[in-house]
Amino acid sequence: MCPRTVCTLAHVFEAAGLATIVLTPMRPVAERMGVPRALYTDFPLGRSLGKPRDQQFQSEVLRAAFELLKETEGPIIRDFPVTVSSDDSETLQCPLPPRFNAELHPAVDEAKALRAAYDRARQASGKTSLGMRITAEEVPNALEKFVKIASGEHWENFEFSAESIYGTVHDIRCYYEELACELVKGPIGPWATEEWFYDQTQAGDIILRARRAMRDSEVAQSVWFGLAPAGRS
Amino acid sequence: MSVFGKDREAFCKFSESMALPEFHGCSFNSPKPLPDAKVAIVTTAALHREDGGFELGDSDYHYESLPCDARDLKLGHHSVNFDRGGFAADINVVYPIDRLYELVEGGVIGEVAQQHYSFAGNQSDGVTEIRLDSGPQCAQEMLNEDVDVVLLTGT
Repeated sequence: MCPRTVCTLAHVFEAAGLATIVLTPMRPVAERMGVPRALYTDFPLGRSLGKPRDQQFQSEVLRAAFELLKETEGPIIRDFPVTVSSDDSETLQCPLPPRFNAELHPAVDEAKALRAAYDRARQASGKTSLGMRITAEEVPNALEKFVKIASGEHWENFEFSAESIYGTVHDIRCYYEELACELVKGPIGPWATEEWFYDQTQAGDIILRARRAMRDSEVAQSVWFGLAPAGRS
Repeated sequence: MSVFGKDREAFCKFSESMALPEFHGCSFNSPKPLPDAKVAIVTTAALHREDGGFELGDSDYHYESLPCDARDLKLGHHSVNFDRGGFAADINVVYPIDRLYELVEGGVIGEVAQQHYSFAGNQSDGVTEIRLDSGPQCAQEMLNEDVDVVLLTGT
């Protein structure tokens, strides 16, 4: 787990002679591990600086963190005064394309239509986290496999391993979440892109359907469980 | 059942019961004045460039070096149970490299290190490998570059 690893590294670096500051969303971990300096940030996991695309807020977090260096004794943990809650997130208003090719499954048609948006996102940000198992070009074909799994075909018919099916869904989700961040120029709230993907897109819907089909046909939980966040059905 | 990463109660309970390594004592170094200090970021978000990366599981304790001008970074923390949309929108929410340069311009910190570093957050329960091997090695790299302050972030 990241909070434990971060706190371990703080001890290791400090023992080597460096001064450290930990940003942590898990206060109990920093307390129990007695890290030299920690700023407790009550932000959702994955958002150490709290708010993407909010330069001022991020700078305030950093300034609060660096203030800890003025303390002459430790361990010390200070709380950042502003909370960012997953409950405050607004639904992502991200448009989806109309049907174009009625001969394709809606999820496949949708993924093809969104390719240009993904390419723009990649060009604009200069980065992509897609590539664990498949390329952007392969996303529509990968979704076709999940369409068939959802309709009852066995997942192993598609040359998937437990690792590769997990990595393929990771990449499909990256494709969608990254293009959503290109199409929506404003704030991206906590979990907003995850909710948009699973609740609003055809791709998210077919992955959830495939996951349920695997569960109901008694495929090992270790294969299907990680295709969506724990708690989703 | 709510989604784990959004469930604050489950999240707190988990953080209170997590198995943690013991450290006997706590080193505490006071750096040079911050306006003169060189700052590096070390993140456990498993960030990496196209030619790098981390293995699945909890046995990959190596670290990746991130040149200060690199923005073509992949988020190697692949878990489905945390919010990846923040990083997709803005790498600074995990890896605040651009914010550090602004703090240099504002005179808050002295300098941004040339190299920053990334580990996988998912490590063995004892975290022995990063305590004894890759962690000290990374510290030495930073000392070799005359880094004074390390900002640690996770996901």
